[in-house]
Amino acid sequence: MSERRGAVPALSDPVLDRLRGALAAPELPERYVLGQPLGRGGMATVWRAHDLLLDREVAFKVLDLPEGEDDLAERLLREARVLAQLEHPGIVPVHDVGTLSAGRVFYAMKLVQGRRLDDVVRDGASLPERLRLFLRACEPVAFAHARGVLHRDLKPENVMTGPFGEVLVLDWGLAKKLDDREPAKAVCGSGTDITGHTGHEMRLGTPAYMPPEQREAGIVDERSDVYALGGVLHYLLHGAAPGECSVHLAKPVARRLASIVNRARALKPEARYATVSALAADVERFLAGSPVLAHPESLAERGLRLLSRHKVVVVLLLVYVLVRLALLLIAGR
Amino acid sequence: MTKMLLGTILGGVLGILDGLSAIVSAPETVPQIIGIVIGSTIKGLIAGVLIGYFARRVNSLPLGIVLGLAVGFVLALLVCLMQRFGGEHVYWWQVMLPGSLVGLIVGYATQRYGLISHGRQKGL
Repeated sequence: MSERRGAVPALSDPVLDRLRGALAAPELPERYVLGQPLGRGGMATVWRAHDLLLDREVAFKVLDLPEGEDDLAERLLREARVLAQLEHPGIVPVHDVGTLSAGRVFYAMKLVQGRRLDDVVRDGASLPERLRLFLRACEPVAFAHARGVLHRDLKPENVMTGPFGEVLVLDWGLAKKLDDREPAKAVCGSGTDITGHTGHEMRLGTPAYMPPEQREAGIVDERSDVYALGGVLHYLLHGAAPGECSVHLAKPVARRLASIVNRARALKPEARYATVSALAADVERFLAGSPVLAHPESLAERGLRLLSRHKVVVVLLLVYVLVRLALLLIAGR
Repeated sequence: MTKMLLGTILGGVLGILDGLSAIVSAPETVPQIIGIVIGSTIKGLIAGVLIGYFARRVNSLPLGIVLGLAVGFVLALLVCLMQRFGGEHVYWWQVMLPGSLVGLIVGYATQRYGLISHGRQKGL
Protein backbone atom coordinates (compact mmCIF):
# COMPACT_ATOMS: atom_id res chain seq x y z
CA MET A 1 0.00 0.00 0.00
CA SER A 2 2.75 2.33 1.02
CA GLU A 3 4.69 1.41 -2.14
CA ARG A 4 1.67 2.19 -4.31
CA ARG A 5 1.24 5.49 -2.53
CA GLY A 6 4.91 6.21 -3.02
CA ALA A 7 4.57 5.52 -6.75
CA VAL A 8 2.07 8.33 -7.22
CA PRO A 9 3.96 11.21 -8.81
CA ALA A 10 4.17 14.16 -6.47
CA LEU A 11 2.19 17.18 -7.64
CA SER A 12 3.51 20.61 -6.99
CA ASP A 13 1.47 23.03 -4.86
CA PRO A 14 0.45 25.28 -7.78
CA VAL A 15 -0.82 22.26 -9.74
CA LEU A 16 -2.75 20.99 -6.71
CA ASP A 17 -4.19 24.46 -6.16
CA ARG A 18 -5.31 24.63 -9.79
CA LEU A 19 -6.95 21.19 -9.54
CA ARG A 20 -8.72 22.16 -6.32
CA GLY A 21 -9.86 25.38 -7.94
CA ALA A 22 -11.24 23.55 -10.99
CA LEU A 23 -13.16 21.14 -8.75
CA ALA A 24 -14.51 23.91 -6.56
CA ALA A 25 -15.45 26.29 -9.40
CA PRO A 26 -19.18 26.89 -9.07
CA GLU A 27 -21.67 26.81 -11.91
CA LEU A 28 -23.17 30.26 -11.76
CA PRO A 29 -26.63 31.23 -13.04
CA GLU A 30 -26.69 32.04 -16.79
CA ARG A 31 -26.69 35.74 -16.09
CA TYR A 32 -23.12 35.57 -14.74
CA VAL A 33 -19.75 34.55 -16.22
CA LEU A 34 -17.32 33.16 -13.67
CA GLY A 35 -13.91 34.79 -13.37
CA GLN A 36 -10.91 34.21 -11.14
CA PRO A 37 -11.13 33.34 -7.44
CA LEU A 38 -10.43 36.42 -5.34
CA GLY A 39 -10.03 34.89 -1.92
CA ARG A 40 -10.91 31.92 0.20
CA GLY A 41 -12.35 31.94 3.69
CA GLY A 42 -13.16 29.21 6.15
CA MET A 43 -16.46 28.26 4.58
CA ALA A 44 -16.72 30.04 1.26
CA THR A 45 -14.74 31.31 -1.70
CA VAL A 46 -15.13 34.71 -3.29
CA TRP A 47 -15.03 34.72 -7.10
CA ARG A 48 -14.91 37.50 -9.60
CA ALA A 49 -17.80 37.32 -12.08
CA HIS A 50 -19.32 39.38 -14.86
CA ASP A 51 -23.01 40.25 -14.72
CA LEU A 52 -24.12 40.01 -18.39
CA LEU A 53 -27.49 41.62 -17.73
CA LEU A 54 -26.16 44.80 -16.15
CA ASP A 55 -22.73 44.57 -17.81
CA ARG A 56 -20.70 44.98 -14.66
CA GLU A 57 -18.14 43.13 -12.60
CA VAL A 58 -19.39 41.61 -9.35
CA ALA A 59 -18.01 39.47 -6.56
CA PHE A 60 -19.61 36.12 -5.85
CA LYS A 61 -19.33 34.52 -2.44
CA VAL A 62 -20.10 30.82 -2.84
CA LEU A 63 -20.26 28.23 -0.10
CA ASP A 64 -17.48 25.66 -0.59
CA LEU A 65 -19.64 22.69 0.31
CA PRO A 66 -22.99 21.68 -1.19
CA GLU A 67 -26.27 21.03 0.61
CA GLY A 68 -26.21 19.07 3.84
CA GLU A 69 -24.12 21.72 5.50
CA ASP A 70 -27.22 23.57 6.70
CA ASP A 71 -25.39 25.43 9.42
CA LEU A 72 -22.91 26.92 6.95
CA ALA A 73 -25.60 27.67 4.38
CA GLU A 74 -27.63 29.43 7.05
CA ARG A 75 -24.57 31.42 8.11
CA LEU A 76 -23.91 32.59 4.55
CA LEU A 77 -27.56 33.51 4.07
CA ARG A 78 -27.55 35.36 7.38
CA GLU A 79 -24.45 37.26 6.28
CA ALA A 80 -26.20 38.24 3.04
CA ARG A 81 -29.30 39.34 4.95
CA VAL A 82 -27.26 41.40 7.39
CA LEU A 83 -25.39 43.08 4.54
CA ALA A 84 -28.65 43.77 2.72
CA GLN A 85 -30.04 45.50 5.81
CA LEU A 86 -26.96 47.65 6.31
CA GLU A 87 -27.15 50.19 3.52
CA HIS A 88 -24.09 52.37 4.03
CA PRO A 89 -21.33 53.63 1.69
CA GLY A 90 -18.82 51.81 3.89
CA ILE A 91 -20.55 48.44 3.62
CA VAL A 92 -20.56 46.32 0.46
CA PRO A 93 -24.06 46.15 -1.08
CA VAL A 94 -25.58 42.76 -1.91
CA HIS A 95 -26.98 42.39 -5.45
CA ASP A 96 -28.31 38.86 -5.50
CA VAL A 97 -28.66 35.75 -3.34
CA GLY A 98 -29.66 32.16 -3.99
CA THR A 99 -28.65 28.53 -4.29
CA LEU A 100 -26.69 27.14 -7.24
CA SER A 101 -27.70 23.98 -9.09
CA ALA A 102 -25.20 21.97 -7.04
CA GLY A 103 -26.93 23.14 -3.88
CA ARG A 104 -24.24 25.62 -2.94
CA VAL A 105 -25.56 28.83 -1.41
CA PHE A 106 -24.19 32.07 -2.86
CA TYR A 107 -24.64 35.79 -2.82
CA ALA A 108 -23.43 38.36 -5.34
CA MET A 109 -22.13 41.71 -4.15
CA LYS A 110 -20.35 44.77 -5.42
CA LEU A 111 -16.79 44.02 -6.52
CA VAL A 112 -14.51 46.06 -4.30
CA GLN A 113 -11.19 46.94 -5.87
CA GLY A 114 -8.50 48.62 -3.87
CA ARG A 115 -6.00 47.91 -1.14
CA ARG A 116 -6.48 46.27 2.21
CA LEU A 117 -5.68 48.39 5.24
CA ASP A 118 -2.65 46.24 6.11
CA ASP A 119 -1.27 46.84 2.59
CA VAL A 120 -1.79 50.59 2.99
CA VAL A 121 0.31 50.47 6.18
CA ARG A 122 2.96 48.35 4.47
CA ASP A 123 3.14 50.89 1.62
CA GLY A 124 4.14 53.54 4.15
CA ALA A 125 1.09 55.80 4.39
CA SER A 126 1.61 58.76 6.73
CA LEU A 127 0.27 58.64 10.29
CA PRO A 128 -2.52 61.24 9.71
CA GLU A 129 -3.56 59.38 6.55
CA ARG A 130 -3.77 56.09 8.47
CA LEU A 131 -5.77 57.71 11.24
CA ARG A 132 -8.18 59.26 8.76
CA LEU A 133 -8.70 55.83 7.18
CA PHE A 134 -9.32 54.44 10.64
CA LEU A 135 -11.99 57.07 11.25
CA ARG A 136 -13.63 56.18 7.93
CA ALA A 137 -13.59 52.51 8.93
CA CYS A 138 -15.29 53.35 12.22
CA GLU A 139 -18.26 54.92 10.42
CA PRO A 140 -19.84 51.74 8.98
CA VAL A 141 -19.21 49.87 12.23
CA ALA A 142 -20.94 52.60 14.25
CA PHE A 143 -23.77 52.55 11.68
CA ALA A 144 -24.10 48.77 12.04
CA HIS A 145 -24.19 49.11 15.84
CA ALA A 146 -26.96 51.68 15.50
CA ARG A 147 -28.86 49.03 13.50
CA GLY A 148 -28.15 46.45 16.21
CA VAL A 149 -25.46 44.50 14.34
CA LEU A 150 -21.98 43.58 15.62
CA HIS A 151 -19.18 42.73 13.17
CA ARG A 152 -17.15 40.49 15.53
CA ASP A 153 -14.20 40.03 13.19
CA LEU A 154 -12.72 43.47 12.65
CA LYS A 155 -9.08 43.43 11.55
CA PRO A 156 -6.97 45.33 8.98
CA GLU A 157 -7.46 42.54 6.44
CA ASN A 158 -11.22 43.16 6.54
CA VAL A 159 -10.98 46.84 5.70
CA MET A 160 -10.60 47.83 2.04
CA THR A 161 -9.61 51.26 0.79
CA GLY A 162 -10.67 52.27 -2.70
CA PRO A 163 -8.85 54.43 -5.26
CA PHE A 164 -11.16 57.40 -4.61
CA GLY A 165 -10.70 57.41 -0.85
CA GLU A 166 -13.65 55.16 -0.06
CA VAL A 167 -13.24 52.80 2.90
CA LEU A 168 -15.30 49.63 3.16
CA VAL A 169 -15.59 47.16 6.00
CA LEU A 170 -15.79 43.63 4.58
CA ASP A 171 -16.41 40.08 5.73
CA TRP A 172 -19.54 40.30 7.83
CA GLY A 173 -19.64 36.49 8.03
CA LEU A 174 -19.50 36.55 11.82
CA ALA A 175 -21.89 39.47 12.20
CA LYS A 176 -24.38 39.06 15.00
CA LYS A 177 -27.63 40.85 15.63
CA LEU A 178 -27.73 42.23 19.14
CA ASP A 179 -31.32 41.03 19.65
CA ASP A 180 -30.35 37.42 18.75
CA ARG A 181 -30.92 35.15 21.71
CA GLU A 182 -28.43 32.60 20.37
CA PRO A 183 -25.12 32.93 22.25
CA ALA A 184 -21.97 33.32 20.19
CA LYS A 185 -20.08 30.08 19.80
CA ALA A 186 -16.71 29.87 21.45
CA VAL A 187 -14.99 26.77 20.25
CA CYS A 188 -11.43 25.57 20.41
CA GLY A 189 -8.93 25.71 17.58
CA SER A 190 -6.91 28.31 15.81
CA GLY A 191 -8.84 31.34 14.68
CA THR A 192 -7.72 31.77 11.12
CA ASP A 193 -6.64 29.69 8.19
CA ILE A 194 -3.59 30.43 6.10
CA THR A 195 -5.40 33.12 4.13
CA GLY A 196 -6.08 35.00 7.31
CA HIS A 197 -9.80 34.33 7.17
CA THR A 198 -11.84 33.16 10.07
CA GLY A 199 -12.45 29.45 9.89
CA HIS A 200 -15.55 27.30 10.20
CA GLU A 201 -16.03 25.49 13.52
CA MET A 202 -13.17 27.41 14.96
CA ARG A 203 -13.09 30.13 17.54
CA LEU A 204 -15.27 32.84 16.06
CA GLY A 205 -13.00 35.77 15.35
CA THR A 206 -9.29 36.38 14.95
CA PRO A 207 -7.26 35.83 18.13
CA ALA A 208 -5.13 38.98 18.01
CA TYR A 209 -8.21 41.20 17.67
CA MET A 210 -10.71 39.18 19.71
CA PRO A 211 -11.76 40.57 23.10
CA PRO A 212 -11.40 38.30 26.13
CA GLU A 213 -15.17 38.09 26.72
CA GLN A 214 -15.71 36.87 23.14
CA ARG A 215 -12.88 34.32 23.50
CA GLU A 216 -13.92 33.03 26.89
CA ALA A 217 -17.67 33.35 27.30
CA GLY A 218 -18.91 34.25 23.86
CA ILE A 219 -20.74 37.24 25.33
CA VAL A 220 -20.39 40.25 23.07
CA ASP A 221 -21.71 43.79 22.71
CA GLU A 222 -20.62 47.01 20.97
CA ARG A 223 -17.55 47.19 23.18
CA SER A 224 -16.27 43.92 21.68
CA ASP A 225 -16.00 45.68 18.31
CA VAL A 226 -14.40 48.64 20.12
CA TYR A 227 -11.73 46.20 21.40
CA ALA A 228 -11.13 44.86 17.88
CA LEU A 229 -10.92 48.40 16.47
CA GLY A 230 -8.34 49.15 19.17
CA GLY A 231 -6.34 46.27 17.67
CA VAL A 232 -6.78 47.74 14.19
CA LEU A 233 -5.55 51.10 15.50
CA HIS A 234 -2.56 49.33 17.05
CA TYR A 235 -1.80 47.81 13.65
CA LEU A 236 -2.07 51.19 11.96
CA LEU A 237 0.36 52.73 14.44
CA HIS A 238 2.90 49.96 14.65
CA GLY A 239 2.51 47.95 11.45
CA ALA A 240 1.89 44.82 13.48
CA ALA A 241 -1.03 43.15 15.24
CA PRO A 242 -1.20 43.52 19.03
CA GLY A 243 1.36 41.25 20.63
CA GLU A 244 3.66 41.22 17.61
CA CYS A 245 6.90 43.19 17.36
CA SER A 246 6.38 46.72 16.16
CA VAL A 247 7.77 50.03 14.98
CA HIS A 248 8.08 52.69 17.69
CA LEU A 249 6.58 56.15 17.27
CA ALA A 250 7.86 59.48 18.58
CA LYS A 251 7.26 59.62 22.35
CA PRO A 252 4.62 62.34 22.84
CA VAL A 253 2.63 61.00 19.87
CA ALA A 254 3.03 57.43 21.05
CA ARG A 255 1.88 58.20 24.59
CA ARG A 256 -1.44 59.75 23.58
CA LEU A 257 -2.19 57.27 20.82
CA ALA A 258 -1.10 54.33 22.96
CA SER A 259 -3.54 55.55 25.63
CA ILE A 260 -6.35 55.48 23.07
CA VAL A 261 -5.37 51.95 22.01
CA ASN A 262 -5.09 50.82 25.62
CA ARG A 263 -8.47 52.22 26.53
CA ALA A 264 -10.11 50.61 23.49
CA ARG A 265 -8.40 47.31 24.32
CA ALA A 266 -9.03 47.32 28.07
CA LEU A 267 -9.61 43.80 29.34
CA LYS A 268 -12.84 44.77 31.08
CA PRO A 269 -15.52 46.01 28.68
CA GLU A 270 -16.66 48.70 31.13
CA ALA A 271 -13.17 50.27 31.04
CA ARG A 272 -13.35 50.68 27.23
CA TYR A 273 -14.96 53.42 25.18
CA ALA A 274 -18.68 52.79 25.40
CA THR A 275 -19.19 53.14 21.66
CA VAL A 276 -17.23 53.15 18.41
CA SER A 277 -18.21 56.81 17.96
CA ALA A 278 -16.56 57.67 21.30
CA LEU A 279 -13.36 55.92 20.17
CA ALA A 280 -13.46 57.74 16.81
CA ALA A 281 -14.07 61.06 18.58
CA ASP A 282 -10.91 60.59 20.66
CA VAL A 283 -8.86 59.83 17.52
CA GLU A 284 -10.38 62.94 15.91
CA ARG A 285 -9.32 64.96 18.96
CA PHE A 286 -5.77 63.66 18.53
CA LEU A 287 -5.77 64.62 14.84
CA ALA A 288 -7.06 68.10 15.70
CA GLY A 289 -4.28 68.56 18.27
CA SER A 290 -6.77 68.62 21.15
CA PRO A 291 -6.36 66.69 24.42
CA VAL A 292 -7.62 63.11 24.22
CA LEU A 293 -9.94 61.67 26.85
CA ALA A 294 -7.83 58.53 27.24
CA HIS A 295 -4.76 60.45 28.40
CA PRO A 296 -4.96 63.13 31.13
CA GLU A 297 -1.97 65.30 30.25
CA SER A 298 0.46 67.09 32.54
CA LEU A 299 1.05 70.85 32.31
CA ALA A 300 4.32 70.29 30.41
CA GLU A 301 2.62 67.94 27.96
CA ARG A 302 -0.16 70.45 27.46
CA GLY A 303 2.36 73.21 26.77
CA LEU A 304 4.27 71.07 24.30
CA ARG A 305 1.07 70.06 22.54
CA LEU A 306 -0.10 73.65 22.21
CA LEU A 307 3.34 74.72 20.96
CA SER A 308 3.40 72.02 18.32
CA ARG A 309 -0.20 72.78 17.34
CA HIS A 310 0.42 76.50 16.90
CA LYS A 311 4.09 76.39 15.94
CA VAL A 312 3.74 78.73 12.94
CA VAL A 313 2.15 81.49 15.03
CA VAL A 314 4.75 80.95 17.77
CA VAL A 315 7.56 81.20 15.19
CA LEU A 316 6.02 84.36 13.66
CA LEU A 317 5.71 86.03 17.07
CA LEU A 318 9.31 85.04 17.86
CA VAL A 319 10.43 86.58 14.56
CA TYR A 320 8.52 89.75 15.48
CA VAL A 321 10.26 89.94 18.89
CA LEU A 322 13.65 89.22 17.29
CA VAL A 323 13.10 91.96 14.71
CA ARG A 324 12.25 94.39 17.52
CA LEU A 325 15.40 93.35 19.42
CA ALA A 326 17.55 93.63 16.28
CA LEU A 327 16.22 97.15 15.64
CA LEU A 328 17.06 98.09 19.22
CA LEU A 329 20.60 96.73 18.86
CA ILE A 330 21.10 98.46 15.51
CA ALA A 331 19.91 101.73 17.02
CA GLY A 332 22.54 101.16 19.75
CA ARG A 333 20.12 101.33 22.64
CA MET B 1 -14.81 83.14 15.75
CA THR B 2 -15.48 84.37 12.22
CA LYS B 3 -12.58 85.49 10.04
CA MET B 4 -13.80 89.08 9.98
CA LEU B 5 -14.11 89.31 13.78
CA LEU B 6 -10.83 87.48 14.40
CA GLY B 7 -8.96 89.72 11.94
CA THR B 8 -10.38 92.87 13.57
CA ILE B 9 -9.65 91.77 17.16
CA LEU B 10 -6.18 90.46 16.32
CA GLY B 11 -5.32 93.57 14.30
CA GLY B 12 -6.47 95.80 17.17
CA VAL B 13 -4.62 93.88 19.90
CA LEU B 14 -1.38 93.61 17.91
CA GLY B 15 -1.74 97.31 17.00
CA ILE B 16 -1.88 98.24 20.72
CA LEU B 17 1.16 96.08 21.50
CA ASP B 18 3.00 97.43 18.46
CA GLY B 19 2.32 100.99 19.60
CA LEU B 20 3.38 100.25 23.19
CA SER B 21 6.66 98.76 21.97
CA ALA B 22 7.72 102.32 21.04
CA ILE B 23 8.37 102.85 24.77
CA VAL B 24 11.32 100.48 24.44
CA SER B 25 12.38 101.04 20.83
CA ALA B 26 12.10 104.86 20.85
CA PRO B 27 12.00 106.18 24.47
CA GLU B 28 12.10 109.79 23.27
CA THR B 29 8.52 109.27 21.98
CA VAL B 30 7.14 108.44 25.45
CA PRO B 31 5.45 111.88 25.86
CA GLN B 32 3.41 111.14 22.72
CA ILE B 33 2.79 107.47 23.56
CA ILE B 34 -1.01 107.79 23.88
CA GLY B 35 -1.25 109.27 20.39
CA ILE B 36 1.11 106.59 19.08
CA VAL B 37 -0.92 103.77 20.66
CA ILE B 38 -4.21 105.20 19.36
CA GLY B 39 -2.74 105.61 15.87
CA SER B 40 -1.22 102.14 15.95
CA THR B 41 -4.50 100.63 17.16
CA ILE B 42 -6.47 102.32 14.37
CA LYS B 43 -3.85 101.11 11.90
CA GLY B 44 -4.18 97.56 13.29
CA LEU B 45 -7.98 97.70 13.18
CA ILE B 46 -8.00 98.89 9.56
CA ALA B 47 -5.52 96.13 8.64
CA GLY B 48 -7.59 93.55 10.56
CA VAL B 49 -10.85 94.58 8.87
CA LEU B 50 -9.27 94.51 5.39
CA ILE B 51 -7.54 91.17 6.00
CA GLY B 52 -10.65 89.69 7.63
CA TYR B 53 -12.86 90.83 4.76
CA PHE B 54 -10.45 89.32 2.24
CA ALA B 55 -10.22 86.08 4.25
CA ARG B 56 -14.01 85.85 4.27
CA ARG B 57 -14.10 86.01 0.49
CA VAL B 58 -10.93 84.07 -0.38
CA ASN B 59 -10.19 80.91 1.57
CA SER B 60 -6.45 80.59 0.90
CA LEU B 61 -3.63 80.55 3.45
CA PRO B 62 -0.84 81.69 1.05
CA LEU B 63 -2.98 84.52 -0.36
CA GLY B 64 -4.00 85.53 3.15
CA ILE B 65 -0.35 85.75 4.19
CA VAL B 66 0.61 87.77 1.09
CA LEU B 67 -2.31 90.18 1.52
CA GLY B 68 -1.61 90.55 5.26
CA LEU B 69 2.01 91.42 4.53
CA ALA B 70 0.98 93.87 1.80
CA VAL B 71 -1.67 95.60 3.94
CA GLY B 72 0.75 95.84 6.88
CA PHE B 73 3.44 97.26 4.61
CA VAL B 74 1.19 99.83 2.92
CA LEU B 75 -0.34 101.08 6.20
CA ALA B 76 3.10 101.36 7.83
CA LEU B 77 4.33 103.22 4.76
CA LEU B 78 1.42 105.65 5.04
CA VAL B 79 2.29 106.27 8.72
CA CYS B 80 5.90 106.99 7.74
CA LEU B 81 4.82 109.33 4.93
CA MET B 82 2.48 111.17 7.31
CA GLN B 83 5.38 111.59 9.74
CA ARG B 84 7.56 112.86 6.92
CA PHE B 85 5.02 115.34 5.58
CA GLY B 86 4.32 116.46 9.15
CA GLY B 87 7.97 117.37 9.48
CA GLU B 88 8.56 114.75 12.20
CA HIS B 89 11.54 112.40 12.44
CA VAL B 90 10.69 109.29 10.41
CA TYR B 91 11.42 105.89 11.99
CA TRP B 92 11.33 103.95 8.70
CA TRP B 93 12.64 100.58 9.88
CA GLN B 94 11.06 100.77 13.33
CA VAL B 95 7.62 101.29 11.74
CA MET B 96 7.81 99.48 8.40
CA LEU B 97 9.36 96.19 9.46
CA PRO B 98 7.25 95.43 12.57
CA GLY B 99 4.12 96.84 10.86
CA SER B 100 4.55 94.49 7.91
CA LEU B 101 5.18 91.56 10.27
CA VAL B 102 2.01 92.33 12.24
CA GLY B 103 0.06 92.29 8.94
CA LEU B 104 1.62 88.95 8.06
CA ILE B 105 0.73 87.46 11.46
CA VAL B 106 -2.88 88.73 11.21
CA GLY B 107 -3.11 87.39 7.64
CA TYR B 108 -1.88 83.94 8.68
CA ALA B 109 -3.92 83.69 11.88
CA THR B 110 -7.14 84.90 10.23
CA GLN B 111 -6.98 82.26 7.52
CA ARG B 112 -5.73 79.52 9.86
CA TYR B 113 -8.02 80.00 12.84
CA GLY B 114 -10.98 82.04 11.58
CA LEU B 115 -14.21 80.27 10.80
CA ILE B 116 -16.26 80.90 7.70
CA SER B 117 -19.55 82.45 8.83
CA HIS B 118 -22.63 80.19 8.72
CA GLY B 119 -24.28 82.12 5.89
CA ARG B 120 -21.13 81.87 3.77
CA GLN B 121 -20.82 78.11 4.37
CA LYS B 122 -24.30 77.59 3.03
CA GLY B 123 -23.55 79.81 0.07
CA LEU B 124 -26.10 82.37 1.20
